[in-house]
Amino acid sequence: MNRREFLCSLAGCAAAATAAGCLDPTHTGWFRKRFRELAPADVAAILEGLEREHAERFGKEAQVGAQAALPGVEFGYALDISRCVGCRRCVYACVEENNQSREPQIHWIRVLEMEKERGIDFAEADAYYDAEQVPRPGHFYLPISCQQCRNAPCVKSCPVGATWQEPDGIVTIDYDWCIGCRCCMAACPYGARHFNWAEPAVPAEELNPNMHYLGNRVRRKGVVEKCTFCIQRVRSGRYPACVEVCPVGARKFGNLLDPDSEVRYVLEHKRVFVLKAELNTRPRFYYFYGL
Amino acid sequence: MLGLRNFGHFLAGSLRIVLRGGPVYWTWLGCLVLLIALGAGAYARQLDRGLITTAMRDQVSWGFYIGNFTFLVGVAAAAVLLVIPAYVYNWKPIKEVVILGELLAISAITMCGLFVAVDIGRPERFWHLIPGPGSLNVPSSLLGWDVLALNGYLVLNLVIVTYLLFTLYRNRRPDKRIFTPLVLISIPAAVGIHTVTAFLYNGLAARPFWNASILAPRFLASAFCSGPAVLLILMQILRRTTRFEIQDSAIWKVAELMAYAMFLNLFLLGAEVFKEYYSDTEHLVHMRYMYTGVGAHDPIVPYMWASLACSALAFLLFLLPRTRRHPLYLNLGCLLIWVGVYLEKGMGLVIPGMTPDTLGEIYEYFPTWNEIALSAGIFAVGALVFTLLVKIATRIMLGEFRLRPAGGASGAALPTAVPGVS
Repeated sequence: MNRREFLCSLAGCAAAATAAGCLDPTHTGWFRKRFRELAPADVAAILEGLEREHAERFGKEAQVGAQAALPGVEFGYALDISRCVGCRRCVYACVEENNQSREPQIHWIRVLEMEKERGIDFAEADAYYDAEQVPRPGHFYLPISCQQCRNAPCVKSCPVGATWQEPDGIVTIDYDWCIGCRCCMAACPYGARHFNWAEPAVPAEELNPNMHYLGNRVRRKGVVEKCTFCIQRVRSGRYPACVEVCPVGARKFGNLLDPDSEVRYVLEHKRVFVLKAELNTRPRFYYFYGL
Repeated sequence: MLGLRNFGHFLAGSLRIVLRGGPVYWTWLGCLVLLIALGAGAYARQLDRGLITTAMRDQVSWGFYIGNFTFLVGVAAAAVLLVIPAYVYNWKPIKEVVILGELLAISAITMCGLFVAVDIGRPERFWHLIPGPGSLNVPSSLLGWDVLALNGYLVLNLVIVTYLLFTLYRNRRPDKRIFTPLVLISIPAAVGIHTVTAFLYNGLAARPFWNASILAPRFLASAFCSGPAVLLILMQILRRTTRFEIQDSAIWKVAELMAYAMFLNLFLLGAEVFKEYYSDTEHLVHMRYMYTGVGAHDPIVPYMWASLACSALAFLLFLLPRTRRHPLYLNLGCLLIWVGVYLEKGMGLVIPGMTPDTLGEIYEYFPTWNEIALSAGIFAVGALVFTLLVKIATRIMLGEFRLRPAGGASGAALPTAVPGVS
């Protein structure tokens, strides 16, 4: 938020809501509707404004889309724990693809190193292991990002409805509606939600210009963000960046409604489990032992 | 129309009252204004740089602000609950107890609102919480419910206090048909705000430390200790500095009730400690973080033991009739209770609930100076609001600030006795 925006918003506080609406007749600025309630023309205007904003900020062309969910698609993810070696390539590919802040550092994927003897024991897990030394004997690796829960506690807890589940199962956030109260972070059992404690810094030369309104467009300080299964990619038929980069093929992704999809194959032929099943969040993110 | 004009006089006269005072009054106000300026500076810094000026991070995403908020909701709730013993024991100054309790509630809710406001990342979007232009997510979001409950409670208390004071100002007796139902609504409302606030934590299955049914009862028990502690001290100050009459027996009775509340609070804590330590599941780690530390991570351990010691000592002081009737021990007990509950709610609820985080990581949260300065500023705002309101209310209750019977100018001193039982 720059000084002008702040002063505007103060003025807006003072003015009656309708008066603020008159100052901003396009409904695309501070006094606008929720993303889901916007007319198509307003969405187009907002996307155009975002592209202009990115161009000014980074001196680089960016395309901000808002492609809707495809009918007949429900995305699912399966991760093979027996293959993952903990190299963290997925973490860094995700940062670059999704324009995560480099300073302060935000990682949507967190890889935990665990002792084989203990099984999945979060209390003894280590997220700060040295990735040069992997895989360490006696250890296995558990990457965790948003589990895209069917019964998502974050969606339930948001006081303003700024986060919701899309028809294709992706839990998204409207960064322009989020008030930054962090209820969703308290509610998430997987530490999947991240807050912009400061204005995020993304180097212009590393900016990924292919953006989605609900995904990897550059965030502002004071809002929450999280993995969207690379919404900007998967809705145009591409794999998420983490699936593409994984050197050992531990990551499988696809349409749960398509009987021929890779993820469906895993569900049929392997035995899968979900994290913290006792919390009844019913994730669309499965783990399995492929070997 | 006449009522409206009288109300105008009432407001103007109130303004004159707060602008008059002795050196102690002005020094006190000066200190508060200084603290508010300090807090405003800290907030400006936070707005400019973001919440990175706090010690909160993704692992511990709520901290000192939300802890203070929770503590103050308790103060607001308990202040009004004092109405119950005032009626049951038929204390002489019932209306006065009601008014002082509600003034404290108004000040506490003001601070609650400010603590939430400084905690959110995008304060300029607060209007998203207003049903209509915004999109308040009720019934599913507990924070949504809390917004409704706290604002409703604030309005209710403002209406009651304004009605009572304005009626007294006009030398009339409060109409029981209006006054009694409002007070009767405010009692369940007081329980309600603290219960909803407890549910805000309680409903999060991701956080086993909070996801225990004992949380809401514990909130109420601890609030019933901290809220009256402020009022006890205030009553003694008013008794000494004005002609305000408050019976010793009322003060001692409040102290006795606080002892029972503190017993319940300590008992419920003991029940939790037993369950966690005996069953020794993975959830124990949060309590260990509070009382023994986990490995080398023990930043809040001394505060938690201090809280326990203060609470236990205050319990004993208020339990024994000899000590609770002794002016020194009575006030020491109030202070100990305040500190004990403040540490318990401010540090002992939010921080261990989030440490270790949901993936087992321990991040040692401890508030930064910026957070502490900002919080001090908010407490100063609350103290300022409370001071000004109490000053006006006392003058009215003592009959020193009343409408002249002829109507017209206000501020005339009338030799009226302290109004008794309504």
